[in-house]
Amino acid sequence: MSEHEREHPSVVGQNGAVGLVIDAVLGVVSLMMLLPLVFLISNAFKTPPELLAWPPTVIPHQPTLENIVSVLRETPLFRWIGNSLIFATLSTASIVSTSAIAGYVLGKFDLPGIPVIFGVIIATAVVPFEVYMIPLYLNVQSAGLLNTWPGLLVGYLIMSFGIFLVWQYVMTSIPDELLEAARVDGAGELWIFLRIVLPLMRGPLGALAVLAFFQAWTAFAWPLVVMTNKETYTLEVGLALFQTGFTVDIGRLSAAAALALVPSALFFSLMRRNFVRGVASSGLKE
Amino acid sequence: MRTTPKWLFPVLALLPVLGLYGCIRVYPIIETLRLSLFQWNIISRRKPFVGFANFVELASDPLFLEAIFNTTIIAFSVVAITIPVALVLAALINTRQGLRRSGVYEASVFLPHVVSLVPAAMAWKWIFDARLGPLNALIGLVGIPAQSWLFDPVLSLVCLIVLCSWQAIGYAVLIFLVGLKNVPEALYEAARLDGASSFQAFRHIAVPLLKPVMLYVSVITLISSYNIYAQAFVPASDVQGAPGRLVRVLVLDMLENSFRNYRVGYAAAEAVVLLVIVLILTSAQFRLFRDRSRA
Repeated sequence: MSEHEREHPSVVGQNGAVGLVIDAVLGVVSLMMLLPLVFLISNAFKTPPELLAWPPTVIPHQPTLENIVSVLRETPLFRWIGNSLIFATLSTASIVSTSAIAGYVLGKFDLPGIPVIFGVIIATAVVPFEVYMIPLYLNVQSAGLLNTWPGLLVGYLIMSFGIFLVWQYVMTSIPDELLEAARVDGAGELWIFLRIVLPLMRGPLGALAVLAFFQAWTAFAWPLVVMTNKETYTLEVGLALFQTGFTVDIGRLSAAAALALVPSALFFSLMRRNFVRGVASSGLKE
Repeated sequence: MRTTPKWLFPVLALLPVLGLYGCIRVYPIIETLRLSLFQWNIISRRKPFVGFANFVELASDPLFLEAIFNTTIIAFSVVAITIPVALVLAALINTRQGLRRSGVYEASVFLPHVVSLVPAAMAWKWIFDARLGPLNALIGLVGIPAQSWLFDPVLSLVCLIVLCSWQAIGYAVLIFLVGLKNVPEALYEAARLDGASSFQAFRHIAVPLLKPVMLYVSVITLISSYNIYAQAFVPASDVQGAPGRLVRVLVLDMLENSFRNYRVGYAAAEAVVLLVIVLILTSAQFRLFRDRSRA
């Protein structure tokens, strides 16, 4: 994205009637996109009779914390949020470091076999996780890693696309001369990687970190099959299974879901720029 | 004064990553392909080789056919809704470039793409709820009788399409916005000098230039819609715990076959079908891109 946003000659009706119409349309659409989430949050604070009222209120008339309190009493929701946070953080750390090192080595070192390795990585990048999930699960099971952190993480330790993203950046933005100069000065390879290359890769790695975090944060099928113990659920799994319980009403369901949204929304608002850059530069989520 | 050989660093650095890669990516993919040729009930020790029998059986398995039919309908409908809506939204947001509210529009449209799946699906489930949901009340205002959205097979398909499109639009808008920013200003200026209106300029300059981007977004959206699971899983269970009528999608059928029916080879065959679909879509995309660059 350009540093200084020039005024677009293509801009129509920056002011005036056309502009008003455009703003009105965009305003309504934005509202409609947010409405399901707004209702979810609002329902979390409603009393049972108000939940049945038509038209549905956006701001509860008699806001109550009853739903939230009972959800927190009945479910280890904070535990699930913590599990998700740990899982997403560890997965991100692993994906960022493996992508950084592999992308750099594949891009800057001339060894026999590297084209083949790179080809395999690119080829497997298009294979959806769901395709190889079952054998992966069987391995985790036979290794006795069900309901353990390593078992959960195994699915989310590497990202082919991350390796590709770093590789692309290394090829286009890190000059060979720079590395050669450091070598002539007697710098070791590890030092070069840690002190010269890594700082240069901050941009793409930041974007990758956000992508990786969200990928793990919203993971569903894998945590659902690997973590089968109520205490080890991730947030998404805990929430999904909580709603299948017998005594759950809309108010409490909304309360749980609204609480679950808080970390996502917070993280999104903090990382929006990085995230947008990550998605824009890459496009692809695995 | 270097004493270590040149290859030492790259090999040492790459080995652990490649080891991981082999264990958790390459091997399971190969294992999926292999398992699809065996009839393996996970409990039994025997694992007879059956060739393509699993695939033959899939071809006449009503549940699988229903799943693949539903998934295909969902995937193509989501694309058909998402691409035009996102294109219009991106064009409108683009006219607001540089204004503070453009960021607000972008964020509101994009948020559904990044919030956790399960709470988002729960929100929609409430909207579609037959007794409490605002949708039935809303259509009631114009005299349409209440529908049991999540129980009727056709309507629940519609619900899933709405939910998935709602999530997919933000992503497409973002990519289109990037594409629109890359349209050279000179082209717009030339059009303006020729007396073209803004709409004409958009229609005849931006849209043709965006075609490769549209193609890319379509394929990515198609592929990710073929993988949906949580979106079908969450609305499937009723608030009172009774399982509602659910839309059977590919991944759901696959997981049910492996984890409920313990038919691992059979489920692997389904995974292979999913892989083939994704490969066909991806290679179609590559082919279209190549033709375009040659033309």
